[in-house]
Amino acid sequence: MELYLQTLANGISLGSLYALIAIGYTMVYGILRLINFAHADLLMVAGYIAFYGIMVFALPWWFSFLIAIALTALLGVSIEKIAYRPLRNAPRISVLISAIGVSFLLENLGIVAIGARPKSFPRPEELVWNIKLGDISFLSLTVIIPIVTLLLLVAVTYMVNKTKTGTAMRAVSRDFETASLMAVDVNKVVSTTFLVGSSLAAVGGILYSLQYPQIDPLMGVFPGLKCFIAAVMGGIGSIPGAMLGGFILGMGEVFLVAFMPELSGYRDAFAFVILIFILLFKPTGILGENVVEKV
Amino acid sequence: MGNSLLVTDNITMQFGGLRAVSDLALQIAPRQIVGLIGPNGAGKTTAFNMITGVYKPTLGKISFDGKDITGLKPNQITELGIARTFQNIRLFSSMSVLENVLLSKHVRLKANPLEAILGLPRYSKARKRHYEECMELLDQVQLADLADEKATSLPYGKQRRLEIARALATQPQVILLDEPAAGMNPQESLELMEFIAKIREQFGLTVLMIEHHMEVVMGICEHIVVLDHGVTIAQGTPTEIQNNQQVIEAYLGAVDEIA
Repeated sequence: MELYLQTLANGISLGSLYALIAIGYTMVYGILRLINFAHADLLMVAGYIAFYGIMVFALPWWFSFLIAIALTALLGVSIEKIAYRPLRNAPRISVLISAIGVSFLLENLGIVAIGARPKSFPRPEELVWNIKLGDISFLSLTVIIPIVTLLLLVAVTYMVNKTKTGTAMRAVSRDFETASLMAVDVNKVVSTTFLVGSSLAAVGGILYSLQYPQIDPLMGVFPGLKCFIAAVMGGIGSIPGAMLGGFILGMGEVFLVAFMPELSGYRDAFAFVILIFILLFKPTGILGENVVEKV
Repeated sequence: MGNSLLVTDNITMQFGGLRAVSDLALQIAPRQIVGLIGPNGAGKTTAFNMITGVYKPTLGKISFDGKDITGLKPNQITELGIARTFQNIRLFSSMSVLENVLLSKHVRLKANPLEAILGLPRYSKARKRHYEECMELLDQVQLADLADEKATSLPYGKQRRLEIARALATQPQVILLDEPAAGMNPQESLELMEFIAKIREQFGLTVLMIEHHMEVVMGICEHIVVLDHGVTIAQGTPTEIQNNQQVIEAYLGAVDEIA
C-alpha cells in the first residue's frame, strides 16, 4: 500500500512536470505548425541562470528563480524573432531545421561557455525538506511540483479560453490571414505564445533541477524529448491533450520503474515505445482532432 | 477625388509573368455602394487583397480617408477601418459564433495588460460592453439564439451572415464583401440586398462588393466597375453598364461569335 501511494505521488509529480513542459511544444505547434526543438534547451538555460543567480550572485532563491523565468522567456521570444520569423513563409521543413540548429547552438554554447561537467543545483531549505506521513516519507517537492503546475495549468487554460489574447491565439492557430484581416496582430500573438511557452519551460526547468539536482548543458534533451512525446500522445496542438499526455507518460514511467524494477534500465525507452504505438494506431493523439488540410 | 473615402491610384498586381490587375483606379465616396464585377479570373479578389493589405501592389497607391495605406499590414488596415468578408467562407471553425464576433471586436478593446490580468473594473466593464455589443450585432443578423453554437455547424446562409457580422464588429468605415450572395436563391439574395442597404444606413458604411448575381448588383449598386483580365473595361451607373457593348462582349463573347 505504501509503495502504491508513494509511487502515485511520484508519478503525479513527474507527470505534472512533463505536462508543464509539453504545453510549450503544443502551443507553438498549434500556432506555427512547428516542433520547437529549442524548447528542450530552455529548461537547461533556466536551470543555469537560476544556478548562477544563487551560487555566484548570491541572490535569494526566489529572486533568482524569477530572473531565470524572465530571461528564459525573453530568450524564447528572441529565438522566434531571429530564427523562425524570417522563415515564416518558407517551407515548414526549413523552419524545423532552423529549430534543430538553435537547439544544437544552445547546447554547444553551454558546453563551451560553461563546461560539460555537471554542476550540483542548490536546494533551498525553505523549498526542499522531508515530509513524513506514517510510513511514507517523501520530499516536499513531490507536493510542491504538482501544486505549482496545477496553478499554472489553470492560468494558461483560462488565458487561452477566456481572454482577448487567448481568443486571438486560437484564431491565429486556425488561419493566419483571416485573423490578421480581423485586425489581429499576428506577430504579437506569436511572440506572446513563445513568451508563455518559454516561461512554462523555465518553471519546468527549475523544478526539474530541484528534483534532480544536477545540471549540465545537455540536461534538457531527454525531458524535452519525452515532453514532446507527451504532446504528441495527447494530440499535438491541444493544450488539454498535452496535460493529459504529460501525466500519462510521467505516471507510466514511474510505475514501470517501481513495479518492474528489472525493466528500469528501459525507463527512457518507455516513452519512445509509447510514441511508436501512438503513431501507429492513433497518430492524431488522444485528444487530437483530425485536421483537414486547408485548401 | 476631393471627398473620396477610398482611392486606388492605378494599382497593379504582377505575379511573375501574370498581370492579375492592371492600373485599377477606384474612387469611392463615403456611403456609396460600389459593385466590382467581371468574369472569373478578372482580378476582383486580387483587388480586394491589395486594398486589405494581403498583397502589396506592384505599382500604384491606395489611400483611405486621405492617408496612404499602401504596404500596411492587414491588421493595421483593418484597424484603420476597412473590413472584409471572403468568397469561400473563412470563419474560425473551432470557435463559437459569439467568439468569432468577439475576436473582431477585440481590436477596439483598449486596455493595458496589467488591467486585463487583474481584471480591474474598467477592463471588465469594457469587456461586458463589448459582449453586449456583439450580442446586439448577432441579433441584427438574426443569429443571437445561435451564439454558443460552433461557427461551422451553422447552415451556409447563416455562415455568410456571420461573416458580415464579424466584419462589422471591427467597426469599419468601409466594408468589402466578396460575393456575399454566392450560393443564395433569389429570395435569399433579395433579403441580402435589403440587409446590405440597412447596414449601410445604420452604420454609415461605404460598401465595395464583388458579386455575380446581376440582380443584386444592378439592384443595389450606385456605381459599377467592370474588370476583365485585370483591365478596367467600364465604369458607370448600372444603366450605363447594362448598355455597354464591351461589357456584354466580356461576358458573352463578341456578337458575331455568338451569331
